[in-house]
Amino acid sequence: MEYSEELVRELKRKAIQVRANILEMIPPGKVGHLGGSSSIADVMAALYFHMMRINRNDPKDPSRDRLIMSKGHAVLVQYACLAELGYFDRSELGKVKTFTGILQGHPDMDKTPGIEAVTGSLGQGLSVSLGVALGLRLDGSKSRVYAILGDGELAEGQIWEAAMAAAVYKASNLTAVIDWNGVQATSTTAETFPIENLVEKWKAFGWNVIEIDGHDMVQVLGALDAAKAYTQGPTAILAHTIKGKCFPFAEGKAKYHNAAMNEEEYKIAWQCIENMKREVEA
Amino acid sequence: MRTSDSLRKTYGETLVELGEKNTDIVMLEADLGNSTMSSLFGNMYPERYFQMGIAEQNMASVAAGLSLTGKIPFINSFAVFASGRAYDQIRSSITIASLNVKICGSSAGLSDFGDGKTHQSIDDIALMQVLPHMTVLSPCDAVETEQMVKAMVESKGPMYIRINRNDLPVVTNPDAEYHIGKMTQVVEGKDVVVFATGIMVQQSIQAARQLEQEGISVRVVNVSTIKPLDTEALLGFCEGVKAVVTAEEHSIIGGLGSTVASALSKTRLPLDIIGVDDRYGTSAENYTILLKHYGLESEDVASRIRAILTV
Repeated sequence: MEYSEELVRELKRKAIQVRANILEMIPPGKVGHLGGSSSIADVMAALYFHMMRINRNDPKDPSRDRLIMSKGHAVLVQYACLAELGYFDRSELGKVKTFTGILQGHPDMDKTPGIEAVTGSLGQGLSVSLGVALGLRLDGSKSRVYAILGDGELAEGQIWEAAMAAAVYKASNLTAVIDWNGVQATSTTAETFPIENLVEKWKAFGWNVIEIDGHDMVQVLGALDAAKAYTQGPTAILAHTIKGKCFPFAEGKAKYHNAAMNEEEYKIAWQCIENMKREVEA
Repeated sequence: MRTSDSLRKTYGETLVELGEKNTDIVMLEADLGNSTMSSLFGNMYPERYFQMGIAEQNMASVAAGLSLTGKIPFINSFAVFASGRAYDQIRSSITIASLNVKICGSSAGLSDFGDGKTHQSIDDIALMQVLPHMTVLSPCDAVETEQMVKAMVESKGPMYIRINRNDLPVVTNPDAEYHIGKMTQVVEGKDVVVFATGIMVQQSIQAARQLEQEGISVRVVNVSTIKPLDTEALLGFCEGVKAVVTAEEHSIIGGLGSTVASALSKTRLPLDIIGVDDRYGTSAENYTILLKHYGLESEDVASRIRAILTV
C-alpha cells in the first residue's frame, strides 16, 4: 500500500510528541519505564493516530478498536498517546504513579479513560485480547483488537497458550505486535533468556507473521494494513526495535528498562526531541 | 425444579436453560466438559462454547476479555485447577477490575475420591475468598445449585462456585426464596449452632437428628455463600446457643471456619472448626472412606458437638 508523504510526516510528528510526553512524565529522579516505552512509540503513534477507529469523546464507544498493553509496564507510551488525544487532561502526566493521579504504575481500566483492561502481570494481555476479539466476533462487530507484547514477555507460557487458541479460533480480528527490542529487565534477551527463531515459532503456532523495522513508519503502516487485510487468522507483527529509541544514552541498555534519568540525561533527551522535530520538518 | 441429585448435571442443565434466552452467556472449558457438565451447553450452543484445551490460565484471561464485551463467561474445570492453576489470571485479569466472570470449580473438595491429592481441592475456598471483589458460593444440593446458577447470571461481578462431583440428597426447600449472601436455617435448635457448607450440611442435619435423641438441640445453618458472609445473620443464629461449630469439606485454614472465627471474635462463644486438617487428600475406592478418614461423617460432627458442650 502507498502512504502519502504528508501522512508519514504527520505520524512521525506524533511519535516525537509521544516521546516528549513520556519525558514529561518522568523528570529527573523519577523512575519510569523509559526503554520499553520508547521502543514501541512509533507503532503506538501509527495505531492511535491513524489505524485505530477510536472516539475520543466516548472512550467506551462499542464500535471502537481496542488496544491492550500486555507489556503493561510500558504504559507510559499509552498514557502519552491518550493524553495527546484528549482522553484526560495533560496535567495528569505530571502526576503519573502518584496517589492523587489517575495514571497508575500499570494499566488500570477503572482509573484511566482509554485503558481497556488490567495488565501488568506479564503474559496475560494476549489472552484477554483474544477474549475481547471472540466477544466482538460473536456480536458481529468489525472492531479490531491490538495486543502489544514485549519480547521478554514471550517467556511466559500463557502467551503460547493464547497463541494456540487464537489460531484454533482463527481470530483474524486480533493483531499482536511484539516489541522485539532484545533487552529485558536484567540484560539483553540473548544473555538473560534467549528465545530463538521467533518468526518460525509464531508461524508454527498458526499465525500470519510479518517482520518489520518497528521504527520505519512506512513499514509499520504496511504491516498493520496487511494484518487488517488478512482474514484467515491472527497476525503477529514482529517489530525489530531499539530499547530507549531516540535517547542515545538509553538505547539498547537494560539499565533504562526502569530507571530515573539524571539532570544531564534529561537535558540531552529534550535536545533529542528538538533535533527530531527539526529533522522531520526538513 | 430439578429432580436429579447430581449437582454438576443440574449446573449444566441450568445453564442450558438460561442460555436459551440469555445469549450473553458463554462457556469456556479446559477439556473436562463431560465431568463439569459444561458439555451440555456446548451441545446446544456450539457457537457460544469455547473449548480452550488443557490451558486453564489462558481460559481465565480469555474469559476476562469476553466479559469486557458484555458477555457472561462461565469457565469450567476441576476446583483445584480452576482456582489454583489459574490463580494469578483470576487475580490480575478478572478480580482487580471486578469483571463479570463466573468460575465453576467442579469435583470440589474430596469428591473426586479416586484421583487423589492432585485432584482434590482442600484449598480452593481459601484461595478464592482472599481475593477482593470475589463472591464464593458452595451449594449443598442440586436444588440450591439451580437457584445459585440463576442468581449468578443475574448478579454482576466475579464469582466462584464449588460443586461436588457426587450425587447428594436434596436437603433445601425448593420453594424457599434464594439470594446470594443469604444463610438459611435448615434445622431448628437451641443448644448448639452448626454453620455448614456443601456436603457437610447433610452430615450436620444427620448429626442433629442423632443428637436430638440424646436430648441435645442442634441448630443447623446452611452457609452456601461463604463470601460475602452475612455477619449479622450469623450473629443472630448464635443468639442463645452455648457453642458454635463449623463444618466444611475443605482445609480448616482459610475456609468457612476461619471466616466464622473472625466474625465471632468479639463474642465469647466456644467454637470448633470441622474440616480437613492441614494435609492433602488421598485416593480411595469410594467417597465414604475419605469422609470417614478426614472426620467428615455425621458421626464425627455429632461427637465434636458432644465434646464442645462438655468443655
